[in-house]
Amino acid sequence: MRSFFYVLSALAIIGLAFWSYQENYKTRASLKEVSALQNQIGLAREKLAVLRAEWAYLNRPERLRELAEINYDRLGLLPLSPEQFGKIDQVAFPAPELGPVTNPVDVSADLEANP
Amino acid sequence: MIRTPLRPLTQILKARESGENPDVIERENIRARHEIMRDKSRMRAEGRLLVLGVIFACAFAVIGLRMGALAASEPHEPRAAATGASITAGRADILDRNGRILATNLTTHALYAQPPHMIDKARAARELVAIFPDLDEGKLVRQFTGSRKFIWIRKKISPEQMQAVHEIGDPGLMFGSREMRLYPNGKLAAHILGGASFGREGVQSAEVIGTAGVEKTYDDFLRDPTLDGQPLQLSIDMTIQAATREVLWGGMKLMNAKGAAAVLMDVHTGEVISMVSLPDFDPNTRPRVLTEGDASDSPLFNRAVQGVYELGSVFKIFAAAQALETGLVNPSTMVNTKGPLRWGKFRIRDFHNYGAQLSMTDVIVKSSNIGTANVAVKIGVKRQREFLASLGLLEATPVELIEAAGAKPLLPPNWSELSTMTISYGHGLSTSPLHLATAYSSVLNGGYRVKPTLMRQNGPRKGAPVVSERTSAQARSMLRQVVVRGTASFGEVEGYAVGGKTGTADKPKPNGGYYKDKVVATFASVFPAHDPKYVLVVTLDEPVETSGSKPRRTAGWTSVPVAAEIIRRVAPLLGLRPEVEPLHPTGVTLTSN
Repeated sequence: MRSFFYVLSALAIIGLAFWSYQENYKTRASLKEVSALQNQIGLAREKLAVLRAEWAYLNRPERLRELAEINYDRLGLLPLSPEQFGKIDQVAFPAPELGPVTNPVDVSADLEANP
Repeated sequence: MIRTPLRPLTQILKARESGENPDVIERENIRARHEIMRDKSRMRAEGRLLVLGVIFACAFAVIGLRMGALAASEPHEPRAAATGASITAGRADILDRNGRILATNLTTHALYAQPPHMIDKARAARELVAIFPDLDEGKLVRQFTGSRKFIWIRKKISPEQMQAVHEIGDPGLMFGSREMRLYPNGKLAAHILGGASFGREGVQSAEVIGTAGVEKTYDDFLRDPTLDGQPLQLSIDMTIQAATREVLWGGMKLMNAKGAAAVLMDVHTGEVISMVSLPDFDPNTRPRVLTEGDASDSPLFNRAVQGVYELGSVFKIFAAAQALETGLVNPSTMVNTKGPLRWGKFRIRDFHNYGAQLSMTDVIVKSSNIGTANVAVKIGVKRQREFLASLGLLEATPVELIEAAGAKPLLPPNWSELSTMTISYGHGLSTSPLHLATAYSSVLNGGYRVKPTLMRQNGPRKGAPVVSERTSAQARSMLRQVVVRGTASFGEVEGYAVGGKTGTADKPKPNGGYYKDKVVATFASVFPAHDPKYVLVVTLDEPVETSGSKPRRTAGWTSVPVAAEIIRRVAPLLGLRPEVEPLHPTGVTLTSN
């Protein structure tokens, strides 16, 4: 009985050692992955910052104004002026649709009969 | 286990035979057994103590070694913790009121040399000069061949330049990464943003610090790591700032002015929507501070905040508003305008002779110095001073620019009755255009004080009441009359009911007296006058309008058309719909019998 326990605990130790060895390597692998991902995140953020700066630079009012002037004949963009504000009552109601013709009057026949 | 019996039969029998006491044998055996037991337990106790000692020694050794290791090693971030957002740029962005970027960071590189690692020093110097033409080849060679081990060559280089330096291929030329402050809009809001430069510098990084403007005022906020890169949102609207700057720049050129400033302020919140000072500079390459000459000639000088000028007749509305508030006059009270007005040896004149008397409204509409001075005398020195102080005209503006605190208004050293008279029409008290915009906002928004701010606000911030709602409406109506039939007739913008007051002040000479042909022309306006939303102050420095036979310098010919054009461009962008001005109710007239 006792020797059985000895063998059992020895096996348990071997098993635990194997398990912890594996866990250790798994942890190392995930730590490596995490640091790679963090690096990637950092690079992506840096890239994003550059893109945002570039977007802001390309959309600076000075450049947009120049572009609007260069492309005036195609786009015809002008500064917003007070006249461009409309009122809701300037918009016409849609014209009422004509109803279906149910009893047509034959005008031409009438004209032919009584010229 | 074989136990030795205490009374072994053979010995007992032998003892009995010889007549000895057998108990002696038993006691002897008990003693021997006790001795063995004692020895055993001592051994065990000693062994336990030893083990315990070893365990304690190990534990202390582990703790000691761990403490030593922690104290001696470099700290590093916990890698397993999923933080994410903490990897952000060192300095927060600055945004306009709609979230568009005014200032951001860019990663770039600094170039340095380590001469001991360099191979062909002369060639490296020659090639570097080919890339950076402003470097001096002889000086570089001297530095490379000298005793120095480390030389900064460039603080910031572009990726193309970095590639070119790589292509030199010298192992002694190295790069350190740098965060660079970038202002993508260039000159647009130069005076507001200020600028940034490097503070303490290491090889691999350098801290970016603000040198002027909001960058310096909010330096701690922008660099605070606990805020996690939260951006700073200003009240400036980029589109409106761009439109204002464009029109003002054109106006400055047309009117042959040396400088110009414009402030557009929300009357209810005190938010500065747009603030332009010309000439301006590019904050990406901030010029050096002038070390000699007049500071106001430098493009770094913010005329809207730092430029304290005597602004002239724009101040008349304050005297009128106070007189209305204290009940001294109502808009149709006749005021004596017979000139010239004498006070001691001084004489106060008008631009034209306006006859013996004018109504209070007409004093403002025609801009009569004498009429305003007479009203100011009735108000008195103390009350005038208190009123102007309540509008914030006697102290530096609390706006969030590092330069603002230094721009204190210039008060008369002795505030006499004469000072009261001259200040009532804007001479003798020098203030900045921003002061004026704030004071106009406070008087015209319904009469509560506002504080100028560059930070975006949520909703109006009502301060202490300055004048009553009724006085405020009367003042606005007077200003509207100035545009409809007075000195600012060019200020009419169809649909926006502009009200405003012109002011033309002669510039003081540095050594006393005033120039005859140099003026500061100001137009302070509010629109729409019947429902005030915004105040616009336009100031031109030394404008001359030369389309007529004689050069014209008054604000009505110079600042007013520029301001009108700004309003025409900016009001639709602000979302203001052109409206027909409501007429005064007619038909019912209050009469007495």
